[in-house]
Amino acid sequence: MARITLDSLAHSYSAAPKGDADWALKPMSLTWRDGGAYALLGSSGCGKTTLLNIISGLLRPSRGRVLFGDRDVTDLPTTDRNIAQVFQFPVVYDTMTVRQNLAFPLKNRGLPAAQIAARVDAVARMIGMVDTLDRRARGLTADAKQKISLGRGMVRQDVNAILFDEPLTVIDPQMKWELRTQLKALHREFGHTMIYVTHDQTEALTFADEVVVMSEGRVLQAGTPQSLFDAPAHTFVGYFIGSPGMNLLDAQVQGATALVAGTAIPLAAPYAAPKGRVQIGIRPDAARPAAEGLPFRLLRTEDVGHHRILRGEIAGAPFNMVVPEDEPIPAGFDRVALDPARIGVFVDDWRIEPAERAA
Amino acid sequence: MDKPVNNRAWFLVLPVLVIVAFSAVIPLMTVVNYSVQDTFGNNQFFWNGLGWFQDVLESDRIHAALGRQLLFSAIILAIEIPLGIFIALNMPKRGFWASLVLVLMALPLLIPWNVVGTIWQVFGRVDIGLLGHTLAALGFDYNYVNDPIDAWATIIVMDVWHWTSLVALLCYAGLQSIPDAYYQAARIDQASRWGVFRYIELPKMSGVLLIAVLLRFMDSFMIYTEPFVATGGGPGNATTFLSIDLVKMAIGQFDLGPAAAFSLIYFLVILLISWVFYTVMTAQREAL
Repeated sequence: MARITLDSLAHSYSAAPKGDADWALKPMSLTWRDGGAYALLGSSGCGKTTLLNIISGLLRPSRGRVLFGDRDVTDLPTTDRNIAQVFQFPVVYDTMTVRQNLAFPLKNRGLPAAQIAARVDAVARMIGMVDTLDRRARGLTADAKQKISLGRGMVRQDVNAILFDEPLTVIDPQMKWELRTQLKALHREFGHTMIYVTHDQTEALTFADEVVVMSEGRVLQAGTPQSLFDAPAHTFVGYFIGSPGMNLLDAQVQGATALVAGTAIPLAAPYAAPKGRVQIGIRPDAARPAAEGLPFRLLRTEDVGHHRILRGEIAGAPFNMVVPEDEPIPAGFDRVALDPARIGVFVDDWRIEPAERAA
Repeated sequence: MDKPVNNRAWFLVLPVLVIVAFSAVIPLMTVVNYSVQDTFGNNQFFWNGLGWFQDVLESDRIHAALGRQLLFSAIILAIEIPLGIFIALNMPKRGFWASLVLVLMALPLLIPWNVVGTIWQVFGRVDIGLLGHTLAALGFDYNYVNDPIDAWATIIVMDVWHWTSLVALLCYAGLQSIPDAYYQAARIDQASRWGVFRYIELPKMSGVLLIAVLLRFMDSFMIYTEPFVATGGGPGNATTFLSIDLVKMAIGQFDLGPAAAFSLIYFLVILLISWVFYTVMTAQREAL
């Protein structure tokens, strides 16, 4: 087990990268503490798998270094890094039984047979495959094969980190929840450093202590699920996290007032006059139907059980609200009030903080 | 819902039936016909029952040829299958070199059998052949015309040169179908090179390997043209394989009856051994 440090890391798949677009990973520096549970969250093609493969050594980064603890492992091959990785699609050794599959990484490390047997039994219980241990892996369902892959990832106890690359894609929803809980339990029990790549925010937010949000090869924000939700550093984070995502409205900000389509909205604190494209962002649950405020045009209402989602427009931009089930919606309302404390101001997509009162 | 039944649909099979009849069934039946009769020319035939079959089965000459044939196929498989796998494992996976190597590998397969035989016949000659002359100049006592061992070596090297590509290309196709994730997982699991071969590459290749073994067995067991051109079955009978013997018997001596019986037995032997190979290897695949 080790702390993982990414030091000004960048990667390009082309030998002679020219523009920004040639870089699959833009320069980044991150430190993951020993024993942490982390999630890499982002849409497909944002570079999360690339980053994972660099950590496991399947890819050599074009720039920068990877450190395990204080040791530079950038040039160390995967085999020597002692790292576990579970891939998106199941990889099983067809000709082996489930038991042999689970034992394979331990056997390769030359562990004594008794220790291997004990470990395999423990992992088989964890993934619920005790009864199928002696079945050949070939004929099993994709579900079961992926559980074997997960099991092989978790079977070694001395690994530096366990990397998961969207491991639950092929697992059915109920089992997904169960396995995620298992992973969480495993993390608490053994304290491995775990890095979990996913495009599913629920998965990321429930699994990780800290979530790293990526987009187009760039790390936008790393933080606790709460901080990502309350204070997204980038409009993409605001939009990507939360369901529905954060509402964004073009605005002019002057001091402690934002002007949206001619309507003045009070802000919690004054801002220095920003340059560039200015937007305010507000979570759907921080807006309420009101007698006065922003002009809102309701398009449709979705009742999702414990709350309702009102989908509509403000000044031509889509705007969603979440209203608790027990709260009445005034008939024909056309104004919306925003909670000033929960409005964020974004300039060219990046969040800015209010000006210091003294400054 | 009832499916419409129309027996006239059988007429659709007719063209295939006619073609197969003329290309396979009728010629085979002619052979069967010859095999149970004797003739002294003049288109007069006499019933001989299973006499020819008995003669063939008891013939020392044919036993010897069968022995040589089995030995030849065994040596060919023992060399070409491992060598083909080894070459396939070391071929470049993609890019310009992969295409180039593929073309080079395919070249021997495109050369007609008798040309291959002629090439090696000349290549091995001690007086003018590059190989034979060089070996002689280096002090080796090499002469495939006189020495049975040299003749065998020449024919085996020739066959390896001609057909290893087929095994290699088939294995290469099998290897290409393995997703990268398998190799990555093996690296993560800290598998050795042998482990990767044994648990990933070999299982994925087993299907094409079965085909390769069958093809190479059948082909080497029926080999005729190359040794006929290169050594003519000699020195003596050293490289007289079954088919060469058969042709001698049928066309050289014009013993139609024994040759026909020989052909049928030959055919059944190939069928039998191929079936055994197929059964054993399929069972092996299941157990692998």
